[in-house]
Amino acid sequence: MLKTLKNRFEQGYKTTSYPKTKIELVERYRGLPDINIDVEDDIAKICAAACPQDAIDEHKKTIDMGRCVFCGSCERLSEEKFVKFTRNFETSTSRREHLITEGSLPALAEHSKKHFKKLFGRSLQLRQISAAGCNACEADLNVLATPFFDLARFGINFVASPRHADGIVVTGPVSRNMKTAVLETFEAVPDPKVVIAVGSCAISGGPFRGSPEITEGLESLIQVDLFIPGCPPHPLTNLHALLNFFKS
Amino acid sequence: METKFLKIANGCAVSRSEIPYLPFTDFCDTALNIVKDGGKVVHYFAYKDDSVIKLIAVLRTDELLIATTDAPDSYPSFTTECEQFHMFEREIAEQFGINPQGHPWLKMVRYHPNYTEKPDIFGNDYNQDIPGNYDYYRVDGDEVHEVAVGPVHAGVIEPGHFRFNCIGERVFHLEIQLGYQHRGIENLLLDVENKRLPIIIESIAGDTTVANSTCMAQAIEALTQTDTDKGSKIIRTIALELERIANHTGDLGALSGDVAFLPPANYFGRMRGDFLNMTLLICGNRLGKGVVRPGGVRFSIDNDIRQELISRISVLEPQMQHVIDLLFETPSVRARFEGCGNVSTYDAEKLGLVGPAGRASGIQHDIRRDFPTEHYPDIDISGYAEPTCDVYARARVRADEIMHSINIIKSLLANEIETQTIDFGNYNLAPSSFVVTLNEAWRGELSHCVLTDDNGKIIKYKVKDPSFHNWNGLSMSLRDTGISDFPLNNKSFNLSYCGFDL
Repeated sequence: MLKTLKNRFEQGYKTTSYPKTKIELVERYRGLPDINIDVEDDIAKICAAACPQDAIDEHKKTIDMGRCVFCGSCERLSEEKFVKFTRNFETSTSRREHLITEGSLPALAEHSKKHFKKLFGRSLQLRQISAAGCNACEADLNVLATPFFDLARFGINFVASPRHADGIVVTGPVSRNMKTAVLETFEAVPDPKVVIAVGSCAISGGPFRGSPEITEGLESLIQVDLFIPGCPPHPLTNLHALLNFFKS
Repeated sequence: METKFLKIANGCAVSRSEIPYLPFTDFCDTALNIVKDGGKVVHYFAYKDDSVIKLIAVLRTDELLIATTDAPDSYPSFTTECEQFHMFEREIAEQFGINPQGHPWLKMVRYHPNYTEKPDIFGNDYNQDIPGNYDYYRVDGDEVHEVAVGPVHAGVIEPGHFRFNCIGERVFHLEIQLGYQHRGIENLLLDVENKRLPIIIESIAGDTTVANSTCMAQAIEALTQTDTDKGSKIIRTIALELERIANHTGDLGALSGDVAFLPPANYFGRMRGDFLNMTLLICGNRLGKGVVRPGGVRFSIDNDIRQELISRISVLEPQMQHVIDLLFETPSVRARFEGCGNVSTYDAEKLGLVGPAGRASGIQHDIRRDFPTEHYPDIDISGYAEPTCDVYARARVRADEIMHSINIIKSLLANEIETQTIDFGNYNLAPSSFVVTLNEAWRGELSHCVLTDDNGKIIKYKVKDPSFHNWNGLSMSLRDTGISDFPLNNKSFNLSYCGFDL
């Protein structure tokens, strides 16, 4: 018992005060891209060709954050003249097309559906479906339950059954072998319900795009209400998305 | 020992013409003899060379041995003589329709049509997209019942189907059916541009990002005769050890949660995050995506970051030790851990268990010591293994490895790390070559094989996650165990679904 108490004392209080106070992530973190649309065409072309995710439109000078894995290749190649990834982790959107960005995003809170806030603002129970990603998105969703993030203090929980849930959170590119399970789990959630796509895979097929074994984007199967980009999204990106989309 | 197989080195390319091309009977007899004498199977897979299907085996004694042969349409199963071949033969049957006759449990691995025109070995209809649509092993009896779990589980975890045959609470057998996460990675890798290779490899298993990308980078470096500098070797080693610590710490937290001892569950959970944040500090991604590329590393550890890492570790090291002590000195924890889920050394050897699961069952093998790469030749990794073969042993191995890895990182951070960071450039691979790379990922022996054709195009990219060996260990641990101890045993192995499913 004494040992338990000593450990408790040593561990201290670790829970973040976000969103009340801002958090600054480390310098090398790559969040919302800052794009210079006046960059020379040649530089944009080189970046587009080198992008492993083919997420850059060299003519429109946009990045599709639903495809991007935030590897930072374009930032390095253009020596930040075309793209510079900022430390802004608040990158989620309510519409797929908003993820194709010139460097700015609409405020998420203003785009969320009002009835979602009314229904789920005080209590949101989510069922997670892991559908053939790499388990990175799952890992960084799981940490929301650790003391630093402590998601439950906002009335948001991940629950064991779709029958107990208000919505589903899907990660992964929905493999052929998981498609039925995803759809049946979705069916099992009572209406009204929300659908959240977490990570590049669930949004666009991610690194696995082109494989006949996967679905390129959850949206082709069911309507998605909230898109959280990243590979994986930082836990704070997830937290920001859930708080802004559902809490008033 | 004189053998018809060729000795090769970890991470060194050989011309495919040097690989002994044996008649099938020689291949079969030699491979079985090596394994019967205590050898282990690192790889055994089929590939298409022009239109001919060939088999290749990479075996491990105190060296690595390789040979190849033409694949027959069917042959007497190796598994009947050496259990280690069990999963490999199923995989070959699934991918190329080659029938290992007399295989004791021939069923699909990942549930997909084979890569040839041959009929499906398992008689599956792949229009039905459920891997669990299969006649499970059954135990009959008045009071025998089955418990089916998954693919969607109660937690935020990966999909897989578990079928328990029980009498009352006691488990006779656990059958595991995976494949739900199958993304077709190995085939995808054959067709994509070079620029996509590192991104796909990093997403085989996110919790093993650094180890997988290190295996890939070493393979590409061997096939392009590229050297890496000392600094990049050190940074890769640090990243590998941070990955090990973070995952082991998370596992200890999950284990304490499963025996309802919540203080360490929360402390380990929080400290795991602190180690992931060290990787974030180095490369901007908590799981190490973007650190390793063929030719070196993309991020330096400059003096500011080095000092920051040292200071964070100096705070965490005593906390980690104290929480580990708290866990292992609590009688209620010990009562649940000890004697639960035994996998005897005999069984572990037969199944070919690797990594912490193997070391917890008395098998010392550690790639960092036996076939070291990167900076490991300069690091003292002593041989160690736990004798008790239970959940306690699997937890203890993790705890000891955490403290050991912290020491490795501290010693590597003691001096300035000079490196020339690189970016991904295009490359041409050596034609008609073969390379195998092995690294000790946090779950154990991870290995990639790359074969190229006459034009330097990849004709087979084989990935073997340590879980490929170890899932059967989990099944064994459940025999004659209470079904309520499944979560505890499962966490004590914590195997990869996506790394297995590919």
